[in-house]
Amino acid sequence: MMKQQIVVSGIGGQGVLFLTRVIAQVAVDRGIPVLTSESHGMAQRGGTVLSTLKVGEFAAPLIRTGQADVALLLFEQNLAVHRNLLKESGGLYINATTPGEGDRIDASGIARGMGKAVLANLVLLGRVISREALFCTEDDCVQAINKLAPAKFVKQNLEAFFTGMKL
Amino acid sequence: MKKELMMGNDAIGRGLIEAGCQVAAAYPGTPSTEILQSVINRKDEATSPLHLEWSVNEKIAFEVALAASYTGKRSVAVMKQVGLNVAADPFMRTAYLGVKGGMLTVVADDPGPHSSQNEQDTRLFCLQGRVPVLDPSSPAEANAMIGPAYSLSEKYEMNIVLRPTTRVCHSRQSVALSEAVQLERKSDFVPDTGRWCATPAFLPSLHRSLNEKLEKVAKEPAWQPRYTKGDGSRPAVAIVASGIAYANMVDLLDELGLSGTIDLYQVLMPYPLNPDFIADLRDQYERLLILEETYPVIELQLAHSGAEGKQNGAVPREGELSPDILYQALADFLGLEKAVSSPGDGRGQRPSLCAGCPHRAAFFSIKKTFPNGIFPSDIGCYTLGMNLDAVHTVHCMGACISQGAGFYQAYKQDKGEIPTVVVTIGDSTFFHAGIPALINAVVQDARIIVVILDNSTAAMTGGQPVPHMGVGTGGRQTRAIAIEPLVKASGVEFLESCDPYNHDRFINVLKKADAHTRAENGGVAVIISRHGCLMDPEVRKMQEATPVTITEECIGCGLCVESFECPALSMDGENEIAKVDKDRCHGCGTCIPVCPAQAIVEGDE
Repeated sequence: MMKQQIVVSGIGGQGVLFLTRVIAQVAVDRGIPVLTSESHGMAQRGGTVLSTLKVGEFAAPLIRTGQADVALLLFEQNLAVHRNLLKESGGLYINATTPGEGDRIDASGIARGMGKAVLANLVLLGRVISREALFCTEDDCVQAINKLAPAKFVKQNLEAFFTGMKL
Repeated sequence: MKKELMMGNDAIGRGLIEAGCQVAAAYPGTPSTEILQSVINRKDEATSPLHLEWSVNEKIAFEVALAASYTGKRSVAVMKQVGLNVAADPFMRTAYLGVKGGMLTVVADDPGPHSSQNEQDTRLFCLQGRVPVLDPSSPAEANAMIGPAYSLSEKYEMNIVLRPTTRVCHSRQSVALSEAVQLERKSDFVPDTGRWCATPAFLPSLHRSLNEKLEKVAKEPAWQPRYTKGDGSRPAVAIVASGIAYANMVDLLDELGLSGTIDLYQVLMPYPLNPDFIADLRDQYERLLILEETYPVIELQLAHSGAEGKQNGAVPREGELSPDILYQALADFLGLEKAVSSPGDGRGQRPSLCAGCPHRAAFFSIKKTFPNGIFPSDIGCYTLGMNLDAVHTVHCMGACISQGAGFYQAYKQDKGEIPTVVVTIGDSTFFHAGIPALINAVVQDARIIVVILDNSTAAMTGGQPVPHMGVGTGGRQTRAIAIEPLVKASGVEFLESCDPYNHDRFINVLKKADAHTRAENGGVAVIISRHGCLMDPEVRKMQEATPVTITEECIGCGLCVESFECPALSMDGENEIAKVDKDRCHGCGTCIPVCPAQAIVEGDE
């Protein structure tokens, strides 16, 4: 059976939690067991936040060093802290303006162009989906975003997701 | 069966509704906050009437839930681990007197800690308090424990503790929705003075009865350790684990291809442990690896001669038992190859007050006005004033006012210069435990300045209602209890309120307050620093947003970045001048008076 361990990393206020929930919702909608772990409280005040997702048959949500299949980093500087979670062969997707390791896009810049920097989370998700790096498809994500985003932001969120897909 | 993706805390909230809980009281605190919030959000799913409240503190929450249980109804008190310290007094006595309707105390522990002032273990607290405690390993398990826990509570008329940890509270998992039970109970309090008023004369027999009950609870079939038998390839050794450490170990064994090769026990109820279980482990195994967070509660009770755990240092005595740490412990225990990779370095970017946060403006003015002051502070977002060197002590809820008074008394007796003591305390913390401390400071003539940082909400935990806003649990209207009359009634003669965004006036008020504390007939001075929390969209909408810009006057001193630490300001590495991050700036303008070169000005580039 399919198993995938996913890291979502950023700083408080970047929408790490929402992005985590979208991916987890996709798993639920597909009937795959999922466990997530999230940062709440003090850490959310602009500090480094980390979500982990384990999709498939698992008992606990935390990921051991070197076991993650995919990492989505919304904050480039977190690479030093969270890089080690990823497998050697793991997929690394980073919101960054400078060149370097992994598949990098300026998701914040793109989102800012759309009028809302916090949409960087879904731009990056679009990118990852277009590279077929996650267990799910474009349609799965659209369905989950529709379910989880507040009604008045659904259109904007989908737009950000599609922009990331088309890069 | 219908399933829903739920956060652990939501799974507990839903579990309370499914079990027919009718009175739920809590004080917010990470990682427990979303439990009561979940019950509030789901109150329409309940089949019985529900009273829900964010109480003023945990002791009150516990006592409200306790009395509801005396009427025969099911109730719950919810708090974080250090909240149990506040509720300790009624909690300890409840063990002796017991309850009537089922009562649970959900206490969320924070191994790590991630968002707490210590990582104390509620299970050890329960051992001392003689209260049965349950240790779920996942959201679904926490949810499933609640109904049976109420049954256990009612069978023995005992308060039962459910102890999830951060990694259970803030995990998400698919959880099956069960039907809510129809209890249809009516309140029926039966006075029993020998019990509910138990004087010392009654306590020996109540204590004896408690001990007898504990012996029976320890043997309750539903709460015995769950045993996964190994294939015999590793004889005379076993792993005993509880909570999330158990779940992590299951995944680790699977990853290493060791599932089913070693005897594994999951302890569901770490206290009281069944003596037969303890004896069996002594008979059957030469060595045990014991995994639990955070203190060696199971280990102490097992007292096994071959125990590998926290007491002999085989397992770290502090911090979370992360999968990496468990791997090390397991590798040592079974003689496996050690891990080659090591975890990442450090914790990353430290948390900081939000851009536009009124606390930042207040702290900057306090530090600027009293560069040699002593600054006790308290628990909340404003703890982060330490980044601005405007917070010198943080201890526990409400401690800052009494600590401020203690600093004053110690310096005063030296008969030299007494530093200005400026205490900062949030509005919610002031109501929680600040008022008795303020009365004490006045009565003891402690000449301190108390700044109540009133942002009209319990911000750190996500904006729960506070008593002075007139809005109660779930948005219903309540009477508003204003801060000013409470301060005055506490005997404070100097009271001013000021918006910290108004830099000049705020500094002026601080100076006046200092003069009052030093005047012959002076005393405690209280300033209410009043400005709504910027996390509240209404506050952002209501306030003027003027973009700021950095002019060529910038000398690159870095003061606005280092001493003011607004997340929207950073140093441009190439040009060595400050720059504004438009994504994060709220246009509050509080950085303008900070710049010594007047290089931060209103307006777009």
